Amino acid sequence: MVSLLIDGKKVEAAPSQTILQAAQKAGIHIPTLCHAPRLSPSGACRMCVVEVEGARALVASCAAPVSQGMKVSTGSETVLRARRLNLELIWSNHPNDCLTCDKTGECKLQSLMYDYNVKTSRFVAQNPPTKPDDSNPAIYRDMNKCILCGKCVRICDEVQNQHTLAFSNRGMQTTIATAFEKPLKDAGCVFCGHCVSVCPVGALMDKPSMNKGRPWETKKVSTVCCYCGVGCSLVLHVKKGEVIRVTSDTYSPPNYGSLCVKGRYGFEFYKSPDRLKTPMIRDSIDQPFRETSWEEAIGLVARKLLDIKQHHGTEAFGCLSSSRGTNEENYLAQKFTRAVMGTNNMDNCARVCHAPSVTGLRAALGSGAATNSLADIEGAEVLIVSGSNTTEAHPVAALKIKKAVRQNGAKLIVIDPREIELVQFATVWLRLKPGTNVALINGLLHVILNEGLENKGFIEQRTENIDMLRQVVAQYPPEKTEEITGVPREDIIKAARIYADTQKGMIVYGLGMTEHKAGSHGVMSLANLALITGNVGRPNTGINPLRGQNNVQGSCDMGALPDVYTCYQKVDDPAANKKFSEAWGCPLPTKPGLKEPQMYREALAGRFKAMYIIGYDPAATQANINNVRSAMRRLDFLVVQELFMTETAKLAHVVLPTGCFFEKDGTFTNAERRVRRLNQAIPLPNGARHDWEIICQIATAMGYPMSYGHPGEIMDEIARLTPEFAGINFERLAGDGLVWPVWDKQHPGTPILHKDTFTRGKGRLNDLLYTPSEELPDNEYPLYLTTGRRLYHYNNGSMSLRNPEIHTISSEEFAEVHPGAVLWR
Amino acid sequence: MHKSVTVNKEGTSDVDLAKCRAILSKYNRSTPSDLIPILQQIQDAYGYVPQTALSEITAGTRIPLSKIYGVVTFYSQFSLVPRGKHTIKVCTGTACHIKGATDIKKKLTEALQIHEGETTKDFKFTYEPVACVGTCFLAPVMMIDNRYYGKLTADKAEATLKNY
Repeated sequence: MVSLLIDGKKVEAAPSQTILQAAQKAGIHIPTLCHAPRLSPSGACRMCVVEVEGARALVASCAAPVSQGMKVSTGSETVLRARRLNLELIWSNHPNDCLTCDKTGECKLQSLMYDYNVKTSRFVAQNPPTKPDDSNPAIYRDMNKCILCGKCVRICDEVQNQHTLAFSNRGMQTTIATAFEKPLKDAGCVFCGHCVSVCPVGALMDKPSMNKGRPWETKKVSTVCCYCGVGCSLVLHVKKGEVIRVTSDTYSPPNYGSLCVKGRYGFEFYKSPDRLKTPMIRDSIDQPFRETSWEEAIGLVARKLLDIKQHHGTEAFGCLSSSRGTNEENYLAQKFTRAVMGTNNMDNCARVCHAPSVTGLRAALGSGAATNSLADIEGAEVLIVSGSNTTEAHPVAALKIKKAVRQNGAKLIVIDPREIELVQFATVWLRLKPGTNVALINGLLHVILNEGLENKGFIEQRTENIDMLRQVVAQYPPEKTEEITGVPREDIIKAARIYADTQKGMIVYGLGMTEHKAGSHGVMSLANLALITGNVGRPNTGINPLRGQNNVQGSCDMGALPDVYTCYQKVDDPAANKKFSEAWGCPLPTKPGLKEPQMYREALAGRFKAMYIIGYDPAATQANINNVRSAMRRLDFLVVQELFMTETAKLAHVVLPTGCFFEKDGTFTNAERRVRRLNQAIPLPNGARHDWEIICQIATAMGYPMSYGHPGEIMDEIARLTPEFAGINFERLAGDGLVWPVWDKQHPGTPILHKDTFTRGKGRLNDLLYTPSEELPDNEYPLYLTTGRRLYHYNNGSMSLRNPEIHTISSEEFAEVHPGAVLWR
Repeated sequence: MHKSVTVNKEGTSDVDLAKCRAILSKYNRSTPSDLIPILQQIQDAYGYVPQTALSEITAGTRIPLSKIYGVVTFYSQFSLVPRGKHTIKVCTGTACHIKGATDIKKKLTEALQIHEGETTKDFKFTYEPVACVGTCFLAPVMMIDNRYYGKLTADKAEATLKNY
């Protein structure tokens, strides 16, 4: 530490800190225009100049490091004069239209002109006016207002890594431009809006928010994004019951101010005229729907479900809840299914995405969840990204991967059949044939064990079954692995050596690992890699699934699964069964229920009579939708709770309109197990009700009174029944939330799992043989088809397609075909 | 030198990228500091810096296209539009001005039928007045490519063009 005097005040600072940082720490304000805490200093705007005793000239405090004994004056007459002159120079090239500029009220130039009492400029404008760029629906660029601070250029480069913007025509005519001044959409822009978020003036604006309201007219509500499992924190700007803008807090995890195009610009879907606002019923699905009252709809659902339970037994019913719903809703859905309907036929949409993660990670480590936090990615030395097109599917997590590589020198190993964007950042790209994951990872394990690169101490102390694993992976030498996977043997060897050579190796994976017949085997194989190298239980290590939907983690944690209550307490464990039976005041079934695909099978066989589906659209999103739709058509009674008339709702007998995430209180749990609060920002549409209220009302009408004053009370019940949630309540979740397990009310949460011991005791090395996919290309169907995520759209599109901005940018889908495949035809 | 640039019916250029790739191939493991030498060689090879060549540089060097564009628009030695085979620079410094540079400019504009900064339709000449070429003892002076023509008159200037 060095000590220096700032305005006569003694300040201690680290030698690596700048004068600006030291002053900020001491509570001394220095004005800036080109400075942003996440960006490298550029010293361009000269607003932060200070006088340093003995220095030749004024010093830019944002870029100058502190030194021992330095004497700094931040407000001397020389400094103030320089700042005023600087403002005059900037103002001479800035249009005087604060009266109608949307930035008014949060414009840094405006407030500095006020602070320094600069009313006009002695200088004459030199640059001719240019036409604002209005060519895209998200970002409005008016270069007449640009003060050339360069923050947009730096954030596009350093944070988003997109390099869409740069300084061009340097000199008197300097401007911020794309290459060849092309419109943003043709210049590689991904519309993350980072540039807008840092622009100090009105040069870059969120276009959908323009002319909608002044900053001081809006209420700021913090909540959680629902467009993927990263679970970014959002700030909603609300005016007169409408969300008019979305921003994010630079200091809030996991995204620290970053958002993607969906989070920032995908906020208009909720006011689509397609929103359902009245309950609708019909006797059979050939008839048209009839609008009705809530009383009649709830009464009908209760009557029908009781009737089916009485005549066809408890096993004729199943419930599917949503990974987009809150924890509280998912908890109530499974409570309803088990306590009121008396069956464990409970599942959620994670079945077809990350259920193999739960199974695989529980088998290996004892806990079906990510081991580390998303922030850990940035500090990893080696990253394996497998089966995850992260830049498209989890854009904000991808920023952390890019930062690890570009700024911290991490080595990236990409396992993917396609040349995804991250391949540009990769040290090794293992381009495997689709479906050969287990063989490839066995090949990596082979190299590590064969070359003696494994962490012997860790294997000895903390794992079991190494001998069997050795035997199995001995069958996968690089030559054979190359034959199966198509990955050159030298790349397999290289990747294995890189990963085994670090104690900060982190595995991140996505649906490319899990959406296979043997998806859980892929997950267990990755766990093997982490276990034999000892890369678990410490910061910047572990094995981390990137969850698809916002609350995949939470919906599973809440027991919306056929075999477990909250946090994976088994329904067939007598102690757990007793605990929940007593708490819920009724006997509960002990037999694990049906998984989602089994439900469709039962329905097709005529044994299943009723389903209750909450915020899930399997008739549009399942791989075999014809099968799903046929199954639903066979049901006597289908209840759907939805925002829109989805494909599934079209097959229902009763459709109940509910709220979207802007209209809800509750919690989501993101991919790093962070339980975070949603805060209701706008009222429900007239006529809709909250999901949790609807479930309570149906249960009550069926003779099982359920009543809560607020979702917080539901969380209190969850905490009472779930050791991992024991320390969680809504008050404690205020702010950035808590990462489970939270064992008691004082516990700070657990960002890293398995530190000293695994949840299951010893880590299990599962010896797994590679089994080829069930259907491989043949003469009749000679091509592989794999699906992928798209940055601009989310899941069934029911929300993202209803955002005019996003729809304009991306309104078509396409298939990519290898030219060789076309020629071959 | 310019045979690889053919102007098609739409008025845009079909660029033969082989030369660009040959230049890039010399910079196998390029660093950002290689950018300007690469651009200079491309400017020499094509007479300008074609858009498609910049995309090739991005692919080859991983330097973002926007940054390269920023560099190209800064230095006057680079041009983004096709230039003539020969560049005529007429000195407009004080000495040349007094000795009749204005007449020479007028004559050349008539003879070439283009304005300052433009290129003739046959891509033979690009014509640009410059502030000073530093040879006042030759005033009035012009340069064609790297060659000086001093003590000019308007007619002598016009006649010189015939040598090219």
